[in-house]
Amino acid sequence: MAMLHIVNKSPFERTAFESCLKHISVGDSVLMIEDAVVGAMQNTRFSAHIEQALQESSVYVLSGDLAARGLSQERIISGVTAVDYEGFVDLTVECDTTQSWL
Amino acid sequence: MSLPLGAFWMKYTLMINEGPYQRQSSDTALHFARAVLAKGHEVIRVFFYHDGVNNGTRLSVPPRDDRQIQQAWSDLAKAHSLDLVICIAAAQRRGITDAKEAKRQGLDTDNLLEGFRISGLGQLIEGSVEADRTLVFGG
Repeated sequence: MAMLHIVNKSPFERTAFESCLKHISVGDSVLMIEDAVVGAMQNTRFSAHIEQALQESSVYVLSGDLAARGLSQERIISGVTAVDYEGFVDLTVECDTTQSWL
Repeated sequence: MSLPLGAFWMKYTLMINEGPYQRQSSDTALHFARAVLAKGHEVIRVFFYHDGVNNGTRLSVPPRDDRQIQQAWSDLAKAHSLDLVICIAAAQRRGITDAKEAKRQGLDTDNLLEGFRISGLGQLIEGSVEADRTLVFGG
């Protein structure tokens, strides 16, 4: 039972993202949307958490929300995959359930 | 994506807990709903709860060059026969009312936008039971 964890809050503002990463199971997927997309950037005090999560899970970021914040896909952590809304829908199909970390 | 797309279609129920223009979740849910429909999946219900009920007012007049969020939901509902349900308890607290309820409460007007209907929380539960996927936006 793979779960898609959807995070929409910045890890620098709220603890929901960190809680999410503590609860994910092997094979789960994590998708960053809205303000959470800053968590995908390289060389932040949060990036080690994402790199750790990437060892046993797939991590995605919504490309439009990166662009809306002036963040380049070239600066996201290696291994994190940028997806558009179509990719977002595909992730919800591939995973058995979804959990929004609000 | 590895999935054989179009091999099977899914039913979605969406729950929206945030008002329009509040942060971003109402926009996110709209984009997501459009993408779901574009892929041939079905949105069987959209349930508006908490401040999300404000997506259903017809008295919002945003600047013309801004996003017309409430109207966008109404248009999407019309184009795809969506069932947009507003929680009655949340709506009453926030001044969202249909004609029948306005009359019952002795109010001088109603403000429910075309395409929305007001009902109870049971509609969310039913939608979740009948859908393959339930997604929560906002809050």
